[in-house]
Amino acid sequence: MTRFASGTPWRAALILGAALALGACADFRGDGLGGDGGPGSGAGGVVPGGASDPASSAYFQQTIGDRVLFAVDQSTLTPAATAVLDGQATWLLEYTQYTATIEGHADEQGTREYNLALGARRANAVRDYLVSKGIAAVRVDIVTYGKERPLEICSEEACYAKNRRAVTLVAAGAGV
Amino acid sequence: MTDHATTRPRAERLVTFLTACLGLLTLLLATAGPARAQEGSPGPLRLELTEGVIEPLPFAMPRFLAESAQADTFASQITQVVRDDLVNSGLFRAISPDAFIGRVTNFNAPVQYPDWRAINAQALITGAVTVTDDGRMQVKFRLIDVFGQDQLIGRQFAASSQSWRRMAHKVADAIYARLTGEQGYFDSRVVYIAEEGPKDARRKRLAVMDYDGANIRYLTDASDLVLAPRFSPNAREIIYTSYETGVPQVFLMNIDTLSRRLIDQERNMSFAPRFSPDGRRVILSLSDGRQSDLYTFDIATGRKAQVTNTPAIETGPSYAPDGSRIVFESDRGGGQQIYVMAATGGSAQRISKGQGRYATPVWSPRGDLIAFTKILNGRFHIGVMGTDGSNERLLTGSQLEEGPTWSPNGRVIMFFREAPGAQGGPSIYTVDVTGRNLRRLATPTFGSDPAWSRLLE
Repeated sequence: MTRFASGTPWRAALILGAALALGACADFRGDGLGGDGGPGSGAGGVVPGGASDPASSAYFQQTIGDRVLFAVDQSTLTPAATAVLDGQATWLLEYTQYTATIEGHADEQGTREYNLALGARRANAVRDYLVSKGIAAVRVDIVTYGKERPLEICSEEACYAKNRRAVTLVAAGAGV
Repeated sequence: MTDHATTRPRAERLVTFLTACLGLLTLLLATAGPARAQEGSPGPLRLELTEGVIEPLPFAMPRFLAESAQADTFASQITQVVRDDLVNSGLFRAISPDAFIGRVTNFNAPVQYPDWRAINAQALITGAVTVTDDGRMQVKFRLIDVFGQDQLIGRQFAASSQSWRRMAHKVADAIYARLTGEQGYFDSRVVYIAEEGPKDARRKRLAVMDYDGANIRYLTDASDLVLAPRFSPNAREIIYTSYETGVPQVFLMNIDTLSRRLIDQERNMSFAPRFSPDGRRVILSLSDGRQSDLYTFDIATGRKAQVTNTPAIETGPSYAPDGSRIVFESDRGGGQQIYVMAATGGSAQRISKGQGRYATPVWSPRGDLIAFTKILNGRFHIGVMGTDGSNERLLTGSQLEEGPTWSPNGRVIMFFREAPGAQGGPSIYTVDVTGRNLRRLATPTFGSDPAWSRLLE
């Protein structure tokens, strides 16, 4: 059995988990919580940590792209998904102060416990891809939410398609 | 609680007949198909089985007598709970008190049989309640075969008046058992997830309630996402999945003290837990993302044992009543299907054979059936099949429903159904194992993931 988050100290993982559970969104709104300056901060017109700062988590979310979508009951990465993940990998290779947590999600058209496993599979597909691109495995955590955190709430394919996703959340300063 | 007979049953001839008829009924239901029971039988009990539909047995139950001043409200409430239990089972019909000719003013007065025969009451239930100054309550009742002029049960229960609902359920269980020849299921509880708030910000809490939706008690606040609780065999503990640590992990909680602990001390994602029938082990899914396999944990020692090891998703394990085998779902064959294997692992046999996907298998407490969720052409169904996959029957269907759980006697299945759309949410339902008597439980909030206890001790 491979341990989840192998190498991540239990306490650090707990804190990271708690931060995610409490404020997954707040962390990634580019309000300065994510980035702590870094090379290039203070360059003309760029607010450190803001969405225009390439070193910020907000930039990662808005410009690099933080999510990939999946087909029904699938965890295979599409060409569109790998294009996004290539960008994520490049960014993570550059900004090594960040760690990533991949959230795997499913749409509501499945049973709850199977969808937890499916979400884990999707998150893991993203993790494996990032690791294959050179990101250290210890920097990448995964968590499944199954169908518990829908982004869109209609009961139609238009919503389901957006809910079948894996979202990469980056956080700085976890002491890599 | 004490329980002893106040009167010995008298002539057994008719009793035997009633029991035999209900036994026959059960047998016919189990094998399905149109049938008529006891045609031309000389007995008084008119229990007709036509095109698979039961004619509920009509009974009269005057309000239980209050034999002490403090007992008045309790007597009314207990009468109501007993009546609701029997009626909700779908097997009995309450005759309106407005139709009563006779009145019961003394628990020990002789039964005026003609008065009850005249309104075609097959069974008469009388009772009395006493509450003493120290809060002790005594509930006594009689079940009478009106046409046979025979007392089938005379019994009393005593407990704290705080337990009045449990005593009412015990009365109903005794009546159900006497008239059907099967164990009752009313004195039982359900643990479930109470849900509130919008669909994309749902707040979920662990909650326990009586089987009928009364006496709700919340075990957690909504600060951590919680999922799919299940009772231990003695109903004093639950296991459930919580995001308390940031990832889904299975916890064990004592529902009296609310103390809780992680089952797996390592930081794996874990979910879909169930107790072994002896309560000593928990079986669950552990996932590292690559695969979700089944493991058991010894509760006393924490010792962990791997049960499956495949690249597939293996989840939803449920023990056979004797603990020797498990049923679970796996997509090892390409899609979600149901498998049976030895509880310690080994080769698994696929038992689901129809079209579509099969999920959430649960072994019946009687050992004879597997309840499951089936997903076919975009619709969800609750169904049952033999433990070898034979005789699959779908009981219900809707846009989204899942998660069957068995009543303690294996006659009723509880599950939840999601109303679709942005404003939709889940509600808890029950359905008879025959597919009849679909009922929605009235919970004050959305409710999902119900799990039924055994009969309480």
